Amino acid sequence: MAQQAQQVAQDGSFIAIIGDEDTVTGFLLAGVGHKDYRQNTNFLIVDTKTTTKEIESTFASFSQREDVAIIIIAQNVANEIRHLIERYDKAIPAILEIPAKDQPYDPNQDTMLTRVKGLLGIQ
Amino acid sequence: MSGAGNRYVVVPTVTVLAVIKNRLGGAKKGHQLLKKKADALNMRFRQILRRILETKEKMGVSLRESNFALTEAKYTAGDSVKHTIVDSVKEASVRVAARQDNVAGVKVPVFERNDLAGSQEKNTELFGLSKGGQKVSGAKESFQRTVDLMIELASLQCAFVTLDEAIKTTNRRVNALEYTIIPKLENTILYIKGELDELEREEFFRLKKIQTKKQEAKERQEKEDAAKAAAQQNGGAPLVDPFAMAAAAPDLLSGVGQADADLIF
Repeated sequence: MAQQAQQVAQDGSFIAIIGDEDTVTGFLLAGVGHKDYRQNTNFLIVDTKTTTKEIESTFASFSQREDVAIIIIAQNVANEIRHLIERYDKAIPAILEIPAKDQPYDPNQDTMLTRVKGLLGIQ
Repeated sequence: MSGAGNRYVVVPTVTVLAVIKNRLGGAKKGHQLLKKKADALNMRFRQILRRILETKEKMGVSLRESNFALTEAKYTAGDSVKHTIVDSVKEASVRVAARQDNVAGVKVPVFERNDLAGSQEKNTELFGLSKGGQKVSGAKESFQRTVDLMIELASLQCAFVTLDEAIKTTNRRVNALEYTIIPKLENTILYIKGELDELEREEFFRLKKIQTKKQEAKERQEKEDAAKAAAQQNGGAPLVDPFAMAAAAPDLLSGVGQADADLIF
């Protein structure tokens, strides 16, 4: 796509994941998980016991981390912190909403997709 | 005076007029270029929007397949395999490298998958060693394909946000040039030209006035001279003609007692 490649980071940045156990497990299996020497992880498994506050703070810390390039977030989790996602306007890290495993995907709830569709004139 | 409210405050001189004309030329050129840039950005933006939609759909399909593969793996390898997976996380082997792409002078970040051949790779190979190993590795491959799509989508979204911002600023600049700066410069030029014309008319009028004054003075002088000459012709010897004066030279001595108009004291 580009002619001049410019390497920004040497090892590259991480992909952070917030979602239900199965989704997170799948991505960890693919090898995106990371645990640093302070036992900080780049993923959050959300279950019924996880509070909204926890999700909010995790999302905030992921979006402020400089070594995170992409935040993958399951749609049911994204719905809980929708206000944060809608206010988010930075390019990096990019936020990707993915369908949650046990819930059907609703494209109308995806903030990015509604923006894109609105700009394309598809409602 | 046209557009006195909407112009730059300048001294109306020829030099300033040249400077402002130069600036107007620059502003017009810049406006053209920026407009082209905005068009290029918009074109790219549309492409990206369409690709985001496509990739998003592909991602949904891919994710469904991956989840199915994971369920298979869990079924064959036992539910406990996911705890093994979560607990064995040490170092990310799949990372993203960001590089920059240039779209009409706007730097757009592009993500690329950057695999790190680390210990994790060896670790995950042992998942489901006792049973269901093949299903586990199948699920792993499936999820890695999904991750590839995710990275592509993230690049597109990143480009989307960056381009959106760039298009907004470019449009703002184009409009500022078109609706504020260029009319203002044009008004300034009109103002300076008007002032210069005014000055020219003033100058012309002044010259005319001086000419008439001079004419008047000249006429008055001529009249005086004529009167004087007439008076001299009537009274004594004509002083204007040198030969006449030479002829009348003896008169100078003879007429000592006479009053001479040319003598001041």
